[in-house]
Amino acid sequence: MGEKILLKGNELLAEAAVRAGCRFFAGYPITPQNEIPEYMSWRLPQSGGVFIQAESELAAINMLFGASATGTRCMTSSSSPGISLKQEGISYITAAELPCVIVNMQRGGPGLGNIRASQADYFQSVKGGGHGDYRLIVLAPGTLQEVYNLTMNAFDYADFWRNPVLILGDGILAQMAEPVEMEPYQPLMQIPARDYVLDGCRGRAPRVIKTLILHPNIGLIVHNEHLQKKYRQIEQAIQLCEEYQTADAEIVIAGYGITGRIAKGAVKMARKKGIKAGLLRPISLWPFPKAVFLKTAETAKQFLVVEMSEGQFVEDVKLAIECRRPVGFLGKGGGWYPTQESILEKIEQMAAQVKGGK
Amino acid sequence: MEFLHPESLCESQSHYCPGCGHGIVHRLVAEVIDELGIREKTIATAPVGCAVMFYDYMKFDIIECAHGRSPAVATGIKRMLPDRIVFTYQGDGDLAAIGTAETIHAANRGENITVIFVNNAIYGMTGGQMAPTTLLGQYTTTTPGGRGKHQEGGPIRVCELLSNLDGVSYLERTSVSSPKDVIVAKRAIKKAFENQMDGKGYSLVEVLSMCPTDWKLAPQDAIKFVNDEMKKTFPLGVFKDR
Repeated sequence: MGEKILLKGNELLAEAAVRAGCRFFAGYPITPQNEIPEYMSWRLPQSGGVFIQAESELAAINMLFGASATGTRCMTSSSSPGISLKQEGISYITAAELPCVIVNMQRGGPGLGNIRASQADYFQSVKGGGHGDYRLIVLAPGTLQEVYNLTMNAFDYADFWRNPVLILGDGILAQMAEPVEMEPYQPLMQIPARDYVLDGCRGRAPRVIKTLILHPNIGLIVHNEHLQKKYRQIEQAIQLCEEYQTADAEIVIAGYGITGRIAKGAVKMARKKGIKAGLLRPISLWPFPKAVFLKTAETAKQFLVVEMSEGQFVEDVKLAIECRRPVGFLGKGGGWYPTQESILEKIEQMAAQVKGGK
Repeated sequence: MEFLHPESLCESQSHYCPGCGHGIVHRLVAEVIDELGIREKTIATAPVGCAVMFYDYMKFDIIECAHGRSPAVATGIKRMLPDRIVFTYQGDGDLAAIGTAETIHAANRGENITVIFVNNAIYGMTGGQMAPTTLLGQYTTTTPGGRGKHQEGGPIRVCELLSNLDGVSYLERTSVSSPKDVIVAKRAIKKAFENQMDGKGYSLVEVLSMCPTDWKLAPQDAIKFVNDEMKKTFPLGVFKDR
């Protein structure tokens, strides 16, 4: 049994990382994620690890590139504008197939935006973000229990697939506190031997980690084919989604992270009013849990996407259900968040339209 | 005395242009690593620039970094493996333009790494554009009228710039434009590695080097350009040693 503890989302995430074996952290201050580097600044040295306050987000992600090359479990965290700066390094690390964990506690954008919670970095997170054809494994916790569990899982996924994992949170998850059962770290799977590590070539041939592949015609094409094959395997292996009251649901809400959690409350309210509502809350955003969406589309009459942006996640929902059902939208950028009541109102409107249509 | 091929240097043919200084600097680094017996515990970073394929010529572990980010990558490696030898090999654009912040802050933190900085006053790989170290009045493909003090600013003197930082242990500017200079450069490179082995902190050796192709000079005239022009702007010597 784990201990039950009350911590802020940011601190909880940092503690989970250390317990999962993270021994290197580099970051740069930005609200609303500052408690992560602050926590790491004392917690990592205490556990034999290294914390560095980097001079920039660029430096922080590249410090991870180096630390990861030594076979160290490593993490960086930031919020939206800082994550934009990290994209160069993320592209390199993904190309070099090194593991690392990146945390984005999203805030309002574009530009410097504001420091309120947001989900407007969805495209950047799941479609690539930096240059080139690549994917990050993107995990979106909706509760602090999930923040704790998924942070630990993130290190295992990163090591197993030799690919960066992005934990996509937001300013609310970062700053809220709620009790969490802190189970000891249990690896999800056996991690393959780290045969890529640079630690000096004693007793072996020198190793090179590089992303420039100039060799005539086929070199980079072959590397891309290899990466794409890996991404297809990841799509088969990881599709995480919470299904709530979807079996008989006529209106299915799709929301991830904190929005999914708020929507769950709205579903309960709708059910009390006799409206058959349900919820799909993707936990892995890439890979997108397509199978469960397609299955639900067979029975649901309508979908309602709720997100804290002007409409990004909604595109993937439409793709996943192959546009078989009408998809309503409730969302706004700039630091807006939905209330249970505002979602319920939208559900009631949609339910009335269906009735009227009949 | 027998003239042997350094164990740390591959016997492959390089892609460098005739008269380029990189080959000499590569050899000096390889000789020093052999002499110190550290080949099997060395991890180097390759830059973006003419030396991007550094790993094709060296027989130790190497990681290729994004343009200018080598000091950050080296920091991550050295902090996790403090008993290994970690060095960056960087050109002027990489170290003193796009990577200025990483350079200054790795130096200021006193990272216990060695930096080999090859300054040839031009972007060679991309075809001869202005570098942060391009001399005033020097013609490049992006300063067709010659580098101007008021438009492009003067050349950045890296050793002088870093000499103010407390974290820095050793700074020396050398050259590979004469046999005597090559001997001094090797001695400096060796000291920069020994400093790291002794845990003294950040050491940087700047090496003035020839780029006949992009200077549009014959190799012997390129050597003359280093000796007669570059050394005036970039005086050789020790800028810090503690």
